[in-house]
Amino acid sequence: MDTQPRQLSYSQAIQEAMALALESDPNVFLMGEDIGVYGGAFQVTGDLVERFGAERVIDMPISELGGAGVAVGAAMTGMKPIFEFQFSDFATLAMEQIVNQAAKMRYMLGGDVSVPLVMRFPAGSGTGAAAQHSQSLEAWLAHVPGLKVLQPATPHDAKGLLLAAVADPDPVMIFEHKLLYKMKGDVPEGYYTVPIGKARIAREGRDVTIVATSIMVHKSLEAAIALQAEGINVEVIDLRCIRPIDHETVIASVKKTHRLICVYEAVKAFGMGAEISAMIAESDAFDYLDAPIVRLGGLDSPIPYNPDLEKAAVPQVLDIINSARALVQGKR
Amino acid sequence: MAIEVILPKVDMDMSTGRISKWLVAEGAEVKKGDPLFEIETDKAAMEVESPGTGKLGQISAREGDEVPIGQVIAYIFAAGETATEAVQSKSAAPVVEAPAKAAQVAVVENSTNSPSSEIRATPLARRMAKEKGLELSSVKGSGPQGRVLSADIEALAAKPVPPVSKVAAPIVSATRADDAVVLVPHDSMRKIIARRLTESKSTVPHFYISADCRLDALLKLRGDLNKAAPAKDGGPSYKLSINDMVIKAWALALRDVPAANVSWTDAAMLHHAHADIGVAVSIEGGLITPIIRSAETKSLSAISSEMKDLATRAKSRKLKSDEYNGGSSAISNLGMFGVRDFAAILNPPHATILAVGSGDQRAVVENGAIVPATVMTVTLSTDHRAVDGALGAEVLATFKRYIEHPMSMLV
Amino acid sequence: MPDATEKKKSTQDNAPFAIRNYTPEQLREVLHKMHLIRKFEEGAEDAYLRGFIHGTMHLSIGQEASALGICMPLTEADQITSTHRGHGHCIAKGAQVDRMFAEFFGKTSGYCKGRGGSMHIADVSKGNLGANGIVAGGIPIATGAALSAKMQKNGKVVVCFFGDGANNEGAFHESLNMAAIWKLPVVFVCENNGYGMSTSSARSTAVANIADRAAGYAMPGVVVDGNDFSAVAEASSNAVDRARRGEGPTLIESKTYRHRGHSKSDRNRYRTKEEIEDWKANRDPISKFEAELMQFGVIDQAGIAAVITAVDAEIAAGIAFAQASPAPATTEVLNYVYTEQN
Repeated sequence: MDTQPRQLSYSQAIQEAMALALESDPNVFLMGEDIGVYGGAFQVTGDLVERFGAERVIDMPISELGGAGVAVGAAMTGMKPIFEFQFSDFATLAMEQIVNQAAKMRYMLGGDVSVPLVMRFPAGSGTGAAAQHSQSLEAWLAHVPGLKVLQPATPHDAKGLLLAAVADPDPVMIFEHKLLYKMKGDVPEGYYTVPIGKARIAREGRDVTIVATSIMVHKSLEAAIALQAEGINVEVIDLRCIRPIDHETVIASVKKTHRLICVYEAVKAFGMGAEISAMIAESDAFDYLDAPIVRLGGLDSPIPYNPDLEKAAVPQVLDIINSARALVQGKR
Repeated sequence: MAIEVILPKVDMDMSTGRISKWLVAEGAEVKKGDPLFEIETDKAAMEVESPGTGKLGQISAREGDEVPIGQVIAYIFAAGETATEAVQSKSAAPVVEAPAKAAQVAVVENSTNSPSSEIRATPLARRMAKEKGLELSSVKGSGPQGRVLSADIEALAAKPVPPVSKVAAPIVSATRADDAVVLVPHDSMRKIIARRLTESKSTVPHFYISADCRLDALLKLRGDLNKAAPAKDGGPSYKLSINDMVIKAWALALRDVPAANVSWTDAAMLHHAHADIGVAVSIEGGLITPIIRSAETKSLSAISSEMKDLATRAKSRKLKSDEYNGGSSAISNLGMFGVRDFAAILNPPHATILAVGSGDQRAVVENGAIVPATVMTVTLSTDHRAVDGALGAEVLATFKRYIEHPMSMLV
Repeated sequence: MPDATEKKKSTQDNAPFAIRNYTPEQLREVLHKMHLIRKFEEGAEDAYLRGFIHGTMHLSIGQEASALGICMPLTEADQITSTHRGHGHCIAKGAQVDRMFAEFFGKTSGYCKGRGGSMHIADVSKGNLGANGIVAGGIPIATGAALSAKMQKNGKVVVCFFGDGANNEGAFHESLNMAAIWKLPVVFVCENNGYGMSTSSARSTAVANIADRAAGYAMPGVVVDGNDFSAVAEASSNAVDRARRGEGPTLIESKTYRHRGHSKSDRNRYRTKEEIEDWKANRDPISKFEAELMQFGVIDQAGIAAVITAVDAEIAAGIAFAQASPAPATTEVLNYVYTEQN
């Protein structure tokens, strides 16, 4: 297997992963709105319909609830659907099938079925699409036992996690930040998987730990560089997966740095930061904290249209820098 | 534009002030410079003047409220001016509420039976303090809002200060519903006395020496001097007290033994050029120690009149902070209460404090015969880090000589 | 179940479909299952009243012919999705009553190992993908299973049971549309028992027959007397054949009636005693089927009595099995949430 690194965009990496899955397993098929000749709203499926045919790259009617249920039913009966929501916001239309059916079917039936379903959700703000096309709803699904919820931040992980999701016997929800689709990065050729539930230390540091997801990983890394110039040495953890959460990696980091900032684009309340903060408070890392935990998340507001307002509604690099500075105050 | 009335910083290390009294009612016209309200700080009450002329309005801090310094507590409006929204929202700034009822205090007291639980500290700092056997209350926090950080514990642990043994905190029992116990909230003076004296007694190595001083000569001289006082405003121009003479004698003793007129600091010994003598004055709700600066240079009559003025203003809490902060030594005199002898707690940065008992007629053996004499017992507390036993004995002997040969104070 | 070589041509050409198309053995087995469904539900109701069963249950007493008629043309490999009123479907598709009782009793030997209960009863090994607690929740799932069958070209047909209440859910409409455009091998079966909990079809549904909805999705819509086994089996056979031929879905509306309330907490305020008594006395599916079998000489009174005796024994053994089975350990509460947890 050739695993030489080469540069691909995040969306190309996802497309490559789907192509590999379609090639290697006849039971894999894609389903979504305008994923065929149109190539997907964000051109993620691209020309896959030409390569694999309309029977395996299925354009479905605008029926998110029914479509999601069809994917659940197909998954229960031997297929491995990869279902694309055009925007993650439209998951609201399909919550019944995701939450009541996909997540619980195996449990309700005492383990007699599996639901090897992959759902992809283009998420996040920054495109000027306003309140109904810019949300980050991953915490909604992370609240549901039975689901796994991923948020790849890099092209490498977008491919490796998607392939891991296809191989997983349970329903896996993948939230892809729309602003990341064009981001390039090293992507090995061929088949590989990134383990689900394992965080990645994106940058090692000793003064403060930043746990971030998705696009906020990159904003945190940018902040870390600026903070390094001030002598603040930041560790950035790319959580990659919010269900299950890699507790060990976060706990070990907090024990080392004694300070924690959680950065995520979703609305701050009841989000990833709340979960991580509480998890740390419940763990033995609590006694290693030398400052209160800080959460940086989206404001209590729908995502606005105006570009300045849109930026103001979610954490930016400067917010991360300021928080980290305030957190290490008194330490130096 | 309305003029802001803020709670001013009027004292060192002051972070909040308590409004003891509004002197002008809301809506009243005031002129710039008029006294507006009185604030109570750690040690003093002070009038605050109006920053402008106009009508006082939008008072947001009531009497008894404890307010952070710099906070807007009212506005002075020009004629025709009314409150704007901006002013309204500004004036709604939070006020540190004074406990309204003793019952509420009781609940709070009862729920916090450990003093360390009231101290802001990070979990890591708490864990490290516990491991190192340090009391969090002895650590000054350098984090936001004075939070104790791990670095503070590390810094303290690096110093050669013996760890303070854990003392059980007094638990105020407030479980009884009847009035057997009445809880009175601490005012800022009580808190500062408690904090400072606890700190002193638990961190300064006290050392005590006592001496008996015969007062007969001093009493006679005092009588002569008072009789000789020239008339002024229909009365004598001065009336010396024994205490005035004790102040002078102690100031001269410190002048004569300058090695004892010092303060301990970690870095170096601080030698004072003058004997600035703090004199403890009992006032309602506590005590305060106004200072007679350079007392060794002042005449007895000057000391006497200065002391009178300071004591009067101390009782009405009108002292300025520089009138009671600092000093090189102190005197505490409980003789007027019939106390024969006692040992006082040092008031840092002082290295010495002289505790003065009553002058009583006692039987004294003189040249093999018992004779009656008026005798006063004094006890000197010293900070042993700064003033050793022999040095303490020397300065105390010098004091005794001045008291027993009082004419030498006059030359 | 049906085998063309076993078909016995009735001497009477106007005999009902079932008599003409199924052997006496098959028909006696249908009667046996009809009684089994009813006695199972009566037994479950009795156990519920005695406190052996937790939660609630939705009984289909009165609807037995519908479940059995629809499942008659299905092979064991064919699949169904079922509803909260799904005990009959489960037995009709081949489940054993002992493991069903065990599930109702919350035991590890139950079909769902005590995790599902009455509302999620399933027997995946026999093609029952499970009852569903969400009205219309199973409709897209059946459609997806049919998509699997089509993509895998395995010849399976999927039957999707749902009630009259489900026909006003979005999932119903979305699914029928997709099944039609993709010509999926699925048969949508609406068992219209007249009431969605308390609300009658007349009050909730704009069309006279739910089968009329089929026109909107360009598929056949068939109304059938759900208490007439033969009529139901005929409609189902046609629809299943059509599906298996790759011609796409059918919507069957099987009009029937539940003798019991919606669930165990129903106080029956929305229908009259007279109405219920009329359905029990004059339109009971089992009585109707028995009369038909006797008319065509398939069985006699003694034969029916023997069937009932056998069913009673089966029910008693099933309850005994359930009672004797072990309860799941509370330490295993997390089992089956994720595959790696068991």
